[in-house]
Amino acid sequence: MLCRLRVNGETRDCAVVPHTTLLEALRYALGLTGSKQGCDKGDCGACTVVIDGESALSCISIALACEGRDIVTIEGLARNGIPHPLQDALDVTGGAQCGFCTPGILMSAWALLERNPRPSRDEIALALSGNLCRCTGYTKIIDAVELAASQSAERP
Amino acid sequence: MKAPRNNEPPPKGDAPRKRDAPQAESTATGMKVPGGRDMPREDRLKPPQWPGGRAQPPGASFHVIGRRNRKIEGLAKVTGRAIYADDIALPRMLHAKLKRSIHAHARIVRIDAREALAMPGVHAVITGRDLPEYFGIIPWTQDEQALCETKARYVGDAIAAVAADSEWLAEEALKRIHVEYEPLPAITCIDEALEHPEWRVNEKSSEGNLSKHVHLEFGDVDGELAGSDAVVGGDYWYEGSTHAPIEPHCCVADFDATGFLTLYSSTQVAHYLHRDLAKVLGVKAQRIRVIQPVVGGAFGGKSEPFSLEFCAAKLSMQTGRPVKILYTREEVFYAHRGRHPMRLCYRTGIRRDGTLTGVDARIAIDGGAYSSFGLVTTYYSGQLLTAPYRMSAYRFDSTRVFTNKPCCGPKRGHGSVQPRFAFECQIDKLAEVIGMDPIEVRRRNSIGEHTRTVNGMRITSNGFAECLDEVERASDWKRKFRRLPYGRGVGVAGSMYISGTNYCIYPNEMPQSGVQLKLDRSGRATVFCGASDIGQGVDSVLAMIVAEELGLDLGDIRVVAADTDLTPVDLGSYSSRETFMVGNACLDAARKLREQVAGTLAARWGCAASEITLAGGVACSVRDPERECMSVREAFQATEARHGTLGSVGWYQSPKLGGDYRGGTIGASPAYSFTAHVAEVECDPETGFVRVSNIWVAHDCGRALSPVAVEGQMEGSAYMGFAEAMFEQHVFKPAAVHHGPGLHDGPSLLDYRIPTSLDTPDLVSLIVESVDPEGPYGAKEAGEGPLHPSVPAIANAIHDALGIRCDRLPFHPPRVLSLLRAGDARAAWEKARGRVATAPVAGVGGSGAGRSGAGRSGAGAC
Ligand code: FES
Ligand code: FES
Repeated sequence: MLCRLRVNGETRDCAVVPHTTLLEALRYALGLTGSKQGCDKGDCGACTVVIDGESALSCISIALACEGRDIVTIEGLARNGIPHPLQDALDVTGGAQCGFCTPGILMSAWALLERNPRPSRDEIALALSGNLCRCTGYTKIIDAVELAASQSAERP
Repeated sequence: MKAPRNNEPPPKGDAPRKRDAPQAESTATGMKVPGGRDMPREDRLKPPQWPGGRAQPPGASFHVIGRRNRKIEGLAKVTGRAIYADDIALPRMLHAKLKRSIHAHARIVRIDAREALAMPGVHAVITGRDLPEYFGIIPWTQDEQALCETKARYVGDAIAAVAADSEWLAEEALKRIHVEYEPLPAITCIDEALEHPEWRVNEKSSEGNLSKHVHLEFGDVDGELAGSDAVVGGDYWYEGSTHAPIEPHCCVADFDATGFLTLYSSTQVAHYLHRDLAKVLGVKAQRIRVIQPVVGGAFGGKSEPFSLEFCAAKLSMQTGRPVKILYTREEVFYAHRGRHPMRLCYRTGIRRDGTLTGVDARIAIDGGAYSSFGLVTTYYSGQLLTAPYRMSAYRFDSTRVFTNKPCCGPKRGHGSVQPRFAFECQIDKLAEVIGMDPIEVRRRNSIGEHTRTVNGMRITSNGFAECLDEVERASDWKRKFRRLPYGRGVGVAGSMYISGTNYCIYPNEMPQSGVQLKLDRSGRATVFCGASDIGQGVDSVLAMIVAEELGLDLGDIRVVAADTDLTPVDLGSYSSRETFMVGNACLDAARKLREQVAGTLAARWGCAASEITLAGGVACSVRDPERECMSVREAFQATEARHGTLGSVGWYQSPKLGGDYRGGTIGASPAYSFTAHVAEVECDPETGFVRVSNIWVAHDCGRALSPVAVEGQMEGSAYMGFAEAMFEQHVFKPAAVHHGPGLHDGPSLLDYRIPTSLDTPDLVSLIVESVDPEGPYGAKEAGEGPLHPSVPAIANAIHDALGIRCDRLPFHPPRVLSLLRAGDARAAWEKARGRVATAPVAGVGGSGAGRSGAGRSGAGAC
């Protein structure tokens, strides 16, 4: 079947079967391998993308059901090759160790900052609670989101 | 940072102790080491000389080292561009899946794959007969086959593999491979393994279900215990847990028309994998290339070869097409190699002045179905306990058994996290008995630097005392310990760990780590090294060392790592060896080139080579930096014109270390790291719910080459220890109506609970730098050591809060509640409070410090 997806502002077509998940379509059909698969059943958050402004688990979203919706993946965060302040902050604080949870973490964090530009540490922890990270103990990830939020607040 | 203290007397200042040791006694199952020969001499070892060599004395200044640099691959990771194994897709690639046993223990009578093979799109099926060769990470205990040939040994053991056009089709084909089993009695726990040697789990064992037994004794333990003012005994249970890296195991094999095999795999030991592939596949090692892509977490869970790598390779050889295998999350739980469940019984003695005396340990280890690193685990369970505290006599007796469960192995802090938990709880109990502050007891027994442990391990730099100071200060310990209201408490624990081991997995005289370095006339350096970056940042450490020595920006350095075609051997990412060993190899290579560059410039400017500085992209003389100056690129070009093409090699081989007895090299490391934790808890006595609010971690990592990375390792370690203390249980179900015994309790990230951002306490990392004389710039490890004290610090904090002793993991509400109900916790809590209140903090314990003291009950129970 043909599936037409709007990903990172581009309209892309791919062939799917009815049970193809959005994650499979992104990774294997569209070559967007930035979104990761850690469990394929909605437990880990590595596959998090943003659909219509809300963070969503692409491994338990059916690709065909995402037609006509606005999908943003990790590849869509940087603009014109310049990393998003969140990406930069995560790199500065050392919040990406193995980096496998990182795309999902960033998408959850981005969705948070889009609706709440100055979150508290507790709000950040809550927003990231669906993204498991096994490397960092979360401290430097939360630091990064705080840093990015404060930096964008400083900008005019 | 502290200076090396030369010939300082031992902290306690007692006269050297010499005792008549019992005669050496060798038994079939163990070994007694004569105390006279192996007791440590109390005098200090020779202090470091800081030879113009690897380590630089404290106070040296750096341009790159020690700064808060970004990691070289950081931006690739945050932008989603880093390539992990499952991101690799090759033309005509097939997907394969493994058929796994539904029984914990069963003979394989027949495998019928005809129906699967008849499916369109299914290309090949292999079984144990196709890969009969045994493999295993330790050459003396090779007891695994890629696919079980005659017998399955746990639920999930791999039996057959199928390659098909798609993952989904391979999955469907699995259902059409029919296996006829003859179920056998299953061993599901340590006691069953010992009681039923006739139900043999692993035919390669020398005797019954015994995997390994080690008995070692140093000094006169019974005499020391008898002469103590107090002896405490305790029985502990450390629950199994697994690594759960977020990236599942994955590999892609490509056997080409020339008979050359390329394997991309999410592994932390490309070199050992290379060797075992050659052995199992019968392909010459020189016709195999192993490439490690970016790895999405490992923690020891990818430190040996697994079924998927052999099966993908074999299927690729059979089909002539690339084959990918990606484990499902469920399969990752079966691959396991996680923390061994251990039953630990300790008796520990102390004198009234706080001096530890004898330590007696009996340890039973549940190994699962295969050996893995089990030989080493069994030694580590005893050998790594002998610092940071001095002990005058020590005995351990460790037994690892086979059971019908997924195989245990090296999880972060291999083999020594479990005994550390038990022992640090013991110290807390002893401190209570003699009425002394537990930090003070630890301080008094600190073994100090440049000395030897009771089992003959050489200690070089040691910042343990500073670690204790740091956590005491940062946690506001003095105002909190025994002073918080009922339900709240703080606890302390300490530990040490190795920075690599001089025990190479297969005996050889070659370097443990090698580096090739190439300088380019464009002003760039490329480092080639077999090191395995699994997220800890060793690639960046390599780049930082080269940048420091050759004056380059980090962005001007390329690191080519873990590709057996391109990179010299490094043994891999295990035993916390990378920064120390690879770092030293890299420093060796970089210094050789630096010498050439500096020599060239010195000749040109007529000064000494020592007067040349290379930093920040500029080469200059210190004499006249304004005029005698050029870019590093020009300096490389001048050097190339003088010496020819620029390249160097460097390597590291650890010195021969360890005790002079069988097994005495296991646990010997060129340097040891030290850690102290304080944990703070808030408990609800009504529900038994414990919230760990804070963990302060102080870690002596030698010199912190990359403080951000060191903090990341400390935080990640403390988190992982906390997770084991409070949440994780890698356990199996007994037989029920619909299934036999040994079924995994919940092989998913929902059922196997790992902490989220909401569960995790505030983690405060406090770096202590002791500058080791043999580490690169003085560095030691930071990846595993900081995990050890998490669990006992939390257990001790719960005691401070509630008056109960959590001697079994995890400390979840049912456990805490049952302990609260079992005795008069409140009275115990008040009693503990009274002890410290009546005893001055730095003084000698009250008269309650009798040998009839608190916890004798458990002694000798196992
Ligand atoms: S892969 Fe989607 S939640 Fe784990
Ligand atoms: S950085 Fe490795 S899982 Fe988060």
